[in-house]
Amino acid sequence: MIVTKNLQKAFGPIKVLNGIDETIQKGEKVVVIGPSGSGKSTFLRCLNLLEVPTGGEIWFEGNNITDKKTDINKLRSKMGMVFQQFNLFPHLSVLENITLAPVKLGLMTKDEAIQKAMELLKRIGLTEKANAYPNQLSGGQKQRIAIIRALAMNPDVMLFDEPTSALDPEMVGEVLDLMAQLADEGMTMVVVTHEMRFAKKVATRILFMDEGKIVEQNTPDEFFNHPAHPRLQEFLSKIL
Amino acid sequence: MKSILKVFILTASISTQRYKTVTIKEIEWKSYVKITGGIKLDKISTWLMGIYQSYYDALVPDKRYLAYIQGIKATILISLLAIALGVVIGIIVAVIKVSANNSKAKFLVSICNIYITVIRGTPVMVQLLIIYNLIFTSRNTNEIVVGAVCFGINSGAYVAEIIRAGIESIDRGQMEAGRSLGLNHIQTMRLIILPQAVRNILPALGNELIVLIKETSVAGYIAVTDLAKAAQYVGSRTWVILPPLVIAAACYLVMTIGLTKLLSIYERRLARGDRH
Repeated sequence: MIVTKNLQKAFGPIKVLNGIDETIQKGEKVVVIGPSGSGKSTFLRCLNLLEVPTGGEIWFEGNNITDKKTDINKLRSKMGMVFQQFNLFPHLSVLENITLAPVKLGLMTKDEAIQKAMELLKRIGLTEKANAYPNQLSGGQKQRIAIIRALAMNPDVMLFDEPTSALDPEMVGEVLDLMAQLADEGMTMVVVTHEMRFAKKVATRILFMDEGKIVEQNTPDEFFNHPAHPRLQEFLSKIL
Repeated sequence: MKSILKVFILTASISTQRYKTVTIKEIEWKSYVKITGGIKLDKISTWLMGIYQSYYDALVPDKRYLAYIQGIKATILISLLAIALGVVIGIIVAVIKVSANNSKAKFLVSICNIYITVIRGTPVMVQLLIIYNLIFTSRNTNEIVVGAVCFGINSGAYVAEIIRAGIESIDRGQMEAGRSLGLNHIQTMRLIILPQAVRNILPALGNELIVLIKETSVAGYIAVTDLAKAAQYVGSRTWVILPPLVIAAACYLVMTIGLTKLLSIYERRLARGDRH
């Protein structure tokens, strides 16, 4: 579904990604972990071109999205993205946040979009917040709304960029639960996170990045119990 | 003059003969009050009557109030057209300046920068005369349109900088969120960034609009009978220039206060999403 070939990204003289070759299959739940500055967020943001790679190729559903001729907006609407800082639109109500893109892109009529939004809100138990504004919500509520805002586009893959890092500890659970539900339903997911328990429970594959490269990847079981690379052993010994 | 002299002599005699001629003094004291009071009242009422007369002359005879109304109409018309044009130019220039990321856009950005530098660096009156004489040389041009175009172009440069500051005050994540949902750059700007930017810059924008309304008072230089010109015209007929100018100033004040009020109502409406 997503293939990267020798993906590189540099900010000026600083090389963040040093050639990443990776294939993500449909239905996989890939968790990316690594020390800060290892390029894991940049890797994720390259996948939907929020960061433009300085080298290599990215293929998504058979299209080379690094090719300038590709309609990136259309492809992005198939890739949901969830941010660390939620990035809800503060001037719009919750309902408008969710329905804005599907309606403006002509994917749904306004009524369809509202119906879909209300279904999604019902699912996360926040129907009564439909007309609230983002500033009236807690962090956990904001992030769950951000997730269903992405889901309202019926994406083929969901990208999560440290979705729980800006949350109070007691709100992390509700967001991770929703993400685990999505995983159970077969959504293809790429998750950058520091939540090791989530990685163990949900991931089908874990990637460990260091200095702009994928150093090791394995199933959660092997990854945590039999780490091969010394850098990964050191990393795990510090966090577990 | 005679009466003042008389009073002076009287007061002198009162102070010296105070205890000697009480009866005479009292009679004369009364007449003194009568005389001086009369003079004072007379002076004040004449002065007030004069003011009243001059403002009356500046407003009523020959239906002169119509001149002010015509002037206000012209001023409002120029201001509204100029505000609309200025905001449109401002948004376009600001969006180009914050969105530039390739060489073709860099060219547009340098055009925008030249525009802003030239407009902000030259007096509006000179711009007005240049545009009037250079571009609209045809005999039957509509001066109000020329004025509106000129003030719009002038205001656009200031509005552009205000809007650019507003756009840059919005978190980068908002653009990323919009783009990640599949909206294109322009859609994200229009639907997500600009509505938030406008809320942040409304006070500065209001200020610029007030400046614009006041600046239209030089439109008289291209033969537009705006409010300031109407006042000068009335003054030239009545030979008293101050009252019409004060009337014009009051009219400008009412317009700018009205605009300030409107903006604060709008600001409160936009702030709804901020409530916690």
